[in-house]
Amino acid sequence: MRFTNIFLVALRALRRNTMRSILTALGIIIGIGAVITIVSMGNGAKARVEAQVAALGQNIITVYPGSFSSGGMRSGFGFSQTLTTEDADAIAAEVQDIDGVSPEVRDRNQVLANGLNWNTQVNGESPDYPYIKNWNIVQGAMFTDQDVKSLAKVAVLGKTVVDQLFPNEDPVGQTLRIRNLPFRIVGVLDVKGFSLFGSDQDDVVIIPYTSHMKRVSRRTSISSILVQATEPEKLDLVKQRIEDLLTQRRKGREPDFTVRTQEEIANVATEQSKTMTLLLGGIAIVSLVVGGIGVMNIMLVSVTERTREIGIRLAIGAHGRDVLLQFLIEAILLTVLGGVLGILCGIGASEFASYYFGLPTLISPLSIVLAVAVSTVIGIFFGFYPAKKAAELDPIDALRYE
Amino acid sequence: MAPVVQIKDIHKIYESGEVPVHAVRGVTLDIQKGEFVALMGASGSGKSTLMNLLGCLDRPTRGSYYLDGIDVSGLEKNELADIRNQKLGFVFQGFNLLARTTALENVELPMMYGRSRRHSGAQIRDRAMHCLDIVGLANRADHFPNQLSGGQQQRVAIARGLVNEPQVLLADEPTGNLDSRTSIDVMGVFQRLNEEGITLVMVTHELDIARFCRRNLILRDGVVVRDEPVQNRSIAAHELSRLKEAEAAAKLIAGPPA
Repeated sequence: MRFTNIFLVALRALRRNTMRSILTALGIIIGIGAVITIVSMGNGAKARVEAQVAALGQNIITVYPGSFSSGGMRSGFGFSQTLTTEDADAIAAEVQDIDGVSPEVRDRNQVLANGLNWNTQVNGESPDYPYIKNWNIVQGAMFTDQDVKSLAKVAVLGKTVVDQLFPNEDPVGQTLRIRNLPFRIVGVLDVKGFSLFGSDQDDVVIIPYTSHMKRVSRRTSISSILVQATEPEKLDLVKQRIEDLLTQRRKGREPDFTVRTQEEIANVATEQSKTMTLLLGGIAIVSLVVGGIGVMNIMLVSVTERTREIGIRLAIGAHGRDVLLQFLIEAILLTVLGGVLGILCGIGASEFASYYFGLPTLISPLSIVLAVAVSTVIGIFFGFYPAKKAAELDPIDALRYE
Repeated sequence: MAPVVQIKDIHKIYESGEVPVHAVRGVTLDIQKGEFVALMGASGSGKSTLMNLLGCLDRPTRGSYYLDGIDVSGLEKNELADIRNQKLGFVFQGFNLLARTTALENVELPMMYGRSRRHSGAQIRDRAMHCLDIVGLANRADHFPNQLSGGQQQRVAIARGLVNEPQVLLADEPTGNLDSRTSIDVMGVFQRLNEEGITLVMVTHELDIARFCRRNLILRDGVVVRDEPVQNRSIAAHELSRLKEAEAAAKLIAGPPA
């Protein structure tokens, strides 16, 4: 009965001071809403970066030709011409725990089709390539092992090349000319977008590496070998096996190759992601502090200006405890109400941002919990503590307070 | 019959400033049930301090205070709060109503903090309405203090003081913020309550207001210098009609048709 009375008193106080209640709740709503929105945007951006890293392909090991010395002049990595298709075949045949191998030959060429021409990246790959790179074929199909063996003149196109050469028609089945050789288009790759390093990954034509070496570039060596390990834990093991195998194949000559795992290549991206996380944490902490200070101020001011009210209540027979309980109930009601509305606002703003501005957002439950916890604790503490001090006053002093 | 208020050699010394202030220096006083006492005195005579002591809002430095047979001078904070709630009603000079809270809810408030008696919401409401009716404001129950005149606010405060059926109703300069006519109104309410047997103690510095009471106490420098019954007591109804005539003569209000 007594508690219900105090609860009723608290409820009346909130209702009679609608504006003050709304402002207090608003402080909490904005505090929580801002944290949730900002963290969700940051999380979304982070997830996008991570997706780009994943789009590099998974568990990839790349073998590059090493540097070579010629008359005292040393070239950088990737310039020697010591990596051969035999090396790639040996890896495919002898190294365990791998899912795919693709010897790569890279080149830029002018290509013609449909009366249009375009300068693009022409890469020779194996049929494993889309699988290794986690890259789907959206029209047609990838060329086959048979095409590789027969040096078939077939090509798979990236989306940018399709847009440039076949603006309004289905390219599959049509002919593309590379160095004046007609290649039949058998497939179109899915849109992959820009790489982490800023190049357009869709601006590419892929043909069998054998066809590339024999018909297009007329090279005897390959640019690199892509190998996919079966699982992330095996990356280092597979890397070691490849190094052993290639060293063995060199028969005592100085190693002229370099084996790198995707992890090393993707380190840059991981660094970026870490920076994002730090940035995000910083922003979240700042908004929490700002929101918290807002709640604190409103609570402090409202309780201080209510010292006289507390005096009146004490004078007509309220215990200090009753007044405290009332203020505690008020603070809890306001923070809970503000908290719920704040969560809704935060989620709403995130959805709005992702819907209308195309910002990637990802709402993090942790940010909700943290934001609500911090505002609630601050709201209750600063609603409670000044009330406690006022309730400890003699009623006469509280009444005289101006 | 034992006096309702019985204080013996009570002292109050304020230590807050640089020099201790001896505001009440040994007051001994008995107030019987049904009395209507005015505490009078100049500024600084200690009358408000004595009032706060009587109202259990402040504790005496020395001396004993029996209220309705209970020694309240040694009670602690919460016990004093219960005494204020159950045994005393207090009317302040500045009304001290809760802002943005209806007259009815203001009157209900002491019952909300009531400890011994338990009331249902409906009982609380009925009792508060009854008290508002006593002071003639039943039709203003859902008005907010800022929608009421000073006299009406003070009557709400009186209703709030009555609601827990106190032993003594204390009033600290209840007419201090009111004009002469509403002052007489409020004194009329007090006189009516007193006729019904309610014990009243009020502080005032206005002689003509004190003449509405039955007994006048004069304080000077913290001691009672005079204690006498009121001769030629003013009756609120008479005073009001006299005032009306005077105002009519001065054309302040429309007089009776000539």
